[in-house]
Amino acid sequence: MLWCPDWPIAAALRELNLPIDASLALVDKGEVYACSPAARSEGVKRRLRVREAQARCADLLVEQYDPALDERVFEPVVSAIEKIMPGVQLLRPGLCAIPAQGPSRYYGGETAAASVLLSTLSTLGLTNARIGVADSPFAAEHAARATEVLEGAEQDAIWVVPPGESAQFLSSFPLEVLAEPKLAVLLRRLGIKTLGDFSALAAGDVRNRFGVEGAIAHRKASGLDHHSVVVRKPPPELDVLVDFEPALVRIDQLAFAFRTSADRFVDRLSDSGLVCTVVRVVLHSESGEVSDRLWRHPRWFDADDILDRVRWQLQGGGLIEHGLQSGITRVQTIPDTVEDLGDHADGLWGTGPDEGVHNGLARVQGMLGHGAVLTAMIAGGRMLKDRRVLIPWGDSSGSNPIAVRAARQLPWPGKLPGPAPATVFDSPREVRVIDDSGHSVDVDTRGMLTRAPAQFTPPGSPAKQRLVHHWAGPWPINERWWDSSGRALNRFQLVDETGAAWLLLLEDHQWWAEASYD
Amino acid sequence: MSPGTTLDQDLLVPELAGQLRSESGLQEKINQMQGSRLGSRRLPTIPALGRILPGGGLMAGAAYSVENSTTLAMALLAGPSGSGAWCSVIGIPDFNVEAAANLGIDLDRLILIPHLDGQWLTVTAAMVDVVSIILTTAPATITSTDAARLRARLRQRGAALITIGAWPQSEAVLSVSDNQWGGLGTGSGHLQTRRLKVTAKGNNGRSRSSELSLTELQQRTWPQLNTADSRTIDQRFVPQVVGA
Repeated sequence: MLWCPDWPIAAALRELNLPIDASLALVDKGEVYACSPAARSEGVKRRLRVREAQARCADLLVEQYDPALDERVFEPVVSAIEKIMPGVQLLRPGLCAIPAQGPSRYYGGETAAASVLLSTLSTLGLTNARIGVADSPFAAEHAARATEVLEGAEQDAIWVVPPGESAQFLSSFPLEVLAEPKLAVLLRRLGIKTLGDFSALAAGDVRNRFGVEGAIAHRKASGLDHHSVVVRKPPPELDVLVDFEPALVRIDQLAFAFRTSADRFVDRLSDSGLVCTVVRVVLHSESGEVSDRLWRHPRWFDADDILDRVRWQLQGGGLIEHGLQSGITRVQTIPDTVEDLGDHADGLWGTGPDEGVHNGLARVQGMLGHGAVLTAMIAGGRMLKDRRVLIPWGDSSGSNPIAVRAARQLPWPGKLPGPAPATVFDSPREVRVIDDSGHSVDVDTRGMLTRAPAQFTPPGSPAKQRLVHHWAGPWPINERWWDSSGRALNRFQLVDETGAAWLLLLEDHQWWAEASYD
Repeated sequence: MSPGTTLDQDLLVPELAGQLRSESGLQEKINQMQGSRLGSRRLPTIPALGRILPGGGLMAGAAYSVENSTTLAMALLAGPSGSGAWCSVIGIPDFNVEAAANLGIDLDRLILIPHLDGQWLTVTAAMVDVVSIILTTAPATITSTDAARLRARLRQRGAALITIGAWPQSEAVLSVSDNQWGGLGTGSGHLQTRRLKVTAKGNNGRSRSSELSLTELQQRTWPQLNTADSRTIDQRFVPQVVGA
């Protein structure tokens, strides 16, 4: 059993490149989750409130606790162990179990094997790892932890419990190490204070009285818990990384050169029975720029799709089509989300309604670019253009569709009543609205109309004037007045002599057509 | 079978006549079974518009042009979309999806390609393979060969094309006139109702028109097609056969 004390702290120190004696506390839900030895010596403890911890240790660095970070930083440690000893079970970051039998025979004894392991880890910069060897994982873990109490000449990072003596080794431990608080309280009331007392009870009696949990705890206390170590299977390498030397400057060259790698990427995935639905494409250029983007696929990626994404990423990055700003030296594709091939297999009679549509739209996207083929959602908003959310085909919407729908249900004071106009101009068109005397109609500071509109000039034809038959307004809209990007404008509806209806905006004394009811 | 042949049959010996009659019946049956030649398959259409369109509704494989109303074009799209077909709107950046949804177009099966980079024909031809009905602005100039090629493709795929603006070989030209708006006063109220006169001019020169209100264009229930396999959507579209 290998144990790295204070692993969350060690991981955070490594990630943040801090010196090993820094005072660091990791915080979870406002309480200290873990703290470094330097902080501990100042009196910081686990479950202390952040403010109190800061009061005790003035130069305390406080970071949010991130469980994913622990796992990520521990991963190279596990792979390093796997290189010298087969079969590692990762119990949690900072603690892993290794079957001792094989390595001890190979390296000539358990102590020798453990020393080899320690020296390997020290090359990774892990100097305070502890190793316990015993009959059962539970006993071994506590043997590793027990190395802390050794002092002076006996100080060592390895504690080997001889075979068959695990129960004896554990017998002096208090009941709390079983991590069963209810059971511990109950046993203490029965006069049982150590694991030794507990393991002296008959297994059948314990089972009858305390159920399965009690039985498991009893086996642990007797050093008899499951002997086998469930060996971790190293995850297959699915990333594909290609370096180009010299750097490639044309997209078609790059696409050609990356072709086989894309095939390899997809083949490897399918060999492991997986398909990739979200891929991360990372491009490094000669001048050191890195372009990193996630691409989603409505179904799953095949090699052509991946090539397309690489191409689009280059085109979309402001690099012109025929020559990049600087050459591309490295292309990396990382599967971000993989799913089981079985869930995506083609059915015997085709895969439902959308297969043809996906293929066809992918072809159009190949012609026009990823962002040219869109699907639409209706969102909430006052301005008609805000109510339309366009999402490139295959992307998930940036915001959650449920949230968008919920926003649509909000009241939105100032939104337009009545039927929706069929044409909403992508950019508002300039129009003119004048009164009888030929002056432009305006709204005064009190929001009142200066004169009634009489004539209207439709967008695109400044010479043609039409009489105004019906109109209504002004309907003031004051959007985000607290913000510099806010707008204050007035809306009008207007029907001209030809029967065409318009939705007009008056902003800063200028008339615009927002939409047309054509 | 022309009436002339039936006359001849009566002069023939009875057995031969019987044989010919059964043959002609067979021929008729074959014709009926081959009924999916162009124009005999009708896409679901709003009844108010179906009444004035030649053939009683939108035909698969045909092109229609709408002169001056996006609303009318959306209403034509609503039928196929409501009954489970994929629709596409090409080259119309000003298309308001909210109005489309109000007219009964299913946004989940609506593909928008607002900007085309001058590749109108390529993109439209590619989309004909994918979707069942396409709404697009007609390009300013299109050669008759290109139009014919696209038409052949439409016919082959059984898709329908609706253009805003003139299209050389359209089955019918629809236009809106006499807009009457309700609810808006002078300085008061807001637009609520709309009555419009829709005129459809067929390619045979005959034109029919109908006055209808906006609510008549907002049909919400359509016969649902089983879209288990969209590659055959166009073949399954409305099995009803219009009289030969």
